Amino acid sequence: MERTVADTIRELTRRHIAENNGLVLGQCLTAVGWVQNTIPEQLEGIQELPMTDVAGAGFAVGAAIMGRRPIFVIRFQSFLWLNASPIVNYAAKSKEMFGYPAPVFVRAIASEGDGSGPLHTNCFHSMFMHMPGMVVVAPMTPSEYQAIWDHYLENDDPMLVSEHRRSYRSDVEFEDVLEEGADVTIFAVSATRFEVEEARAILQGDGIRANIAHVHWLKPFKAGEGAEEALRSSRCGLVCDSAFETCGASQSIAYDLMLRCGVPVKAVGMHDRSSGVARRLENHTPSADRIAEEARRLIRESAARERGI
Amino acid sequence: MTPRGIAARRPDLGHISGLADQAPRDWSLEMYRRYKTVRTFELAARDAGQRGDVDIFMYLSVGQEAISVAPSMSQKGSWVLGQHRGHGIYLSFGGNPSALVDELLGLPSGSNKGMGGSPPVQDIQNRVVGHNGLIGDQVPVACGIASCVDPGETVVCYFGDGAAEEDFVLAALGHAGSRQLPILFICDDNDLSVLTPTSDRRNWEITDVAESFGIRSVDIADDPWLIDHWCKTFADGLPALINIRTCRELWHVGTGQDGPPEWDRWSLVRQQMTEMQLSREMQSIDNAIEKEITALWNERLRIRSES
Repeated sequence: MERTVADTIRELTRRHIAENNGLVLGQCLTAVGWVQNTIPEQLEGIQELPMTDVAGAGFAVGAAIMGRRPIFVIRFQSFLWLNASPIVNYAAKSKEMFGYPAPVFVRAIASEGDGSGPLHTNCFHSMFMHMPGMVVVAPMTPSEYQAIWDHYLENDDPMLVSEHRRSYRSDVEFEDVLEEGADVTIFAVSATRFEVEEARAILQGDGIRANIAHVHWLKPFKAGEGAEEALRSSRCGLVCDSAFETCGASQSIAYDLMLRCGVPVKAVGMHDRSSGVARRLENHTPSADRIAEEARRLIRESAARERGI
Repeated sequence: MTPRGIAARRPDLGHISGLADQAPRDWSLEMYRRYKTVRTFELAARDAGQRGDVDIFMYLSVGQEAISVAPSMSQKGSWVLGQHRGHGIYLSFGGNPSALVDELLGLPSGSNKGMGGSPPVQDIQNRVVGHNGLIGDQVPVACGIASCVDPGETVVCYFGDGAAEEDFVLAALGHAGSRQLPILFICDDNDLSVLTPTSDRRNWEITDVAESFGIRSVDIADDPWLIDHWCKTFADGLPALINIRTCRELWHVGTGQDGPPEWDRWSLVRQQMTEMQLSREMQSIDNAIEKEITALWNERLRIRSES
């Protein structure tokens, strides 16, 4: 196996501490597993914080003001709600309001499955996209992670890095699939990126040709070269995300794409209900089957609209 | 036994005899100069607000000048964090007065380029760190800064008696105590959260909380010589917390006044200076600063009117 996402995060963290006087802050970092093997097994440069989700991010902001380029680890994105205030109210506003930066690198880990239930099944990058001054990314491959890290070091914005546990053991590098004559263009975000290839295969079995555009820059939004042209050509699009669909990243991006490209674009994310622990009550990243079904429906509706039905 | 709660609201809380008399003359004069600067600036800001020249939310520190002036005498070079009602902190610790006027007037040359107004004033070159407007939010940030300062450097972190109740302030105090961070916490205790007195909000003292976290603390009135004494006493073993009972003379926000303060520290300081045979020097300082502050406001108002 090539270098995984976890390997990438662990190695850049180790180098950051050794070469940049960097700092890692968070709760239970040195516990069993070292945050899914993403933290180097060392004490130097790693600050175990008390279990305060209301003050912890403030400690990181202070370190950022002092130029330590802190990596602030939030082991479950559910904890983002309590941790959000110093990030969005101080770090994100700092350059505009005070004239100096507070560049915190927030590693927020999304997870789901294995009985994680209503608290630990969550992905909340959408709410940070709402706030001016925040850069929001969701890298799912080793090279994407390295690129967004390089961006962080070269710039002075706080970044919300929406990680997903499903990516940690992956060494896959995704490539867009954009073809002439496609019936739909699927923009995939977060862990849906591990589903869209299968969704494409399902659709192909139905005689439907789907483009795939992989997205990891959520704010500012960036898609690969040719993705928007492919959307125009396919005449309809789908934005898939692991976060809640309602008022979420998928709807926001779909809206922007629709206005820019002039074709219907639909959003698919987590359903608007809490996830339960029991399998029958889970609410996960949209599956390949669901993405394929949504694509079929969208194509039917678009065709009907074009026929004036 | 140390008075607690409402019984502690008295101008001689924690009084130690002879401190003013023992203070070097130059110290008292410099302290007075800063005191006069802050007070004159704030009264000019009040007047500008009443005239309509300043039309934004203003949180004035009239009556509370000693809590910023006295610590600034011994804490030069520290990183300083305050919250709203921070004009006195900004001015005492070396913030540029002209940039503060400009900020209140909404000019691009303001301390925050017009983005913040009264609450978040900052002068990072002088280590006066900005505040985002959420009370107490600066206390965790102060901990983060304190964990990164060079050996020998310190942080002064202000918060109010209302902010003391914020969960993130309590958590941050616990962190500072656990890590023995080099922070001097100063609780600006005017007994009011907007207009709600402390006794309606809680039954505990922040000094007890601090002590339980391993942070040395003291509860005193806003006598500047007394504040200085404790700043110096605690300097050899931070973190420490000083709860300073003080009187907000004006409204929480704005320029109005509900009535006379419980005590008038400004008059008490002037009385003390008079007893120390410093009347003539005081008069000279008064004249110079009133002239300077008046000229400053007039100049900045003229510049705004021409812009």
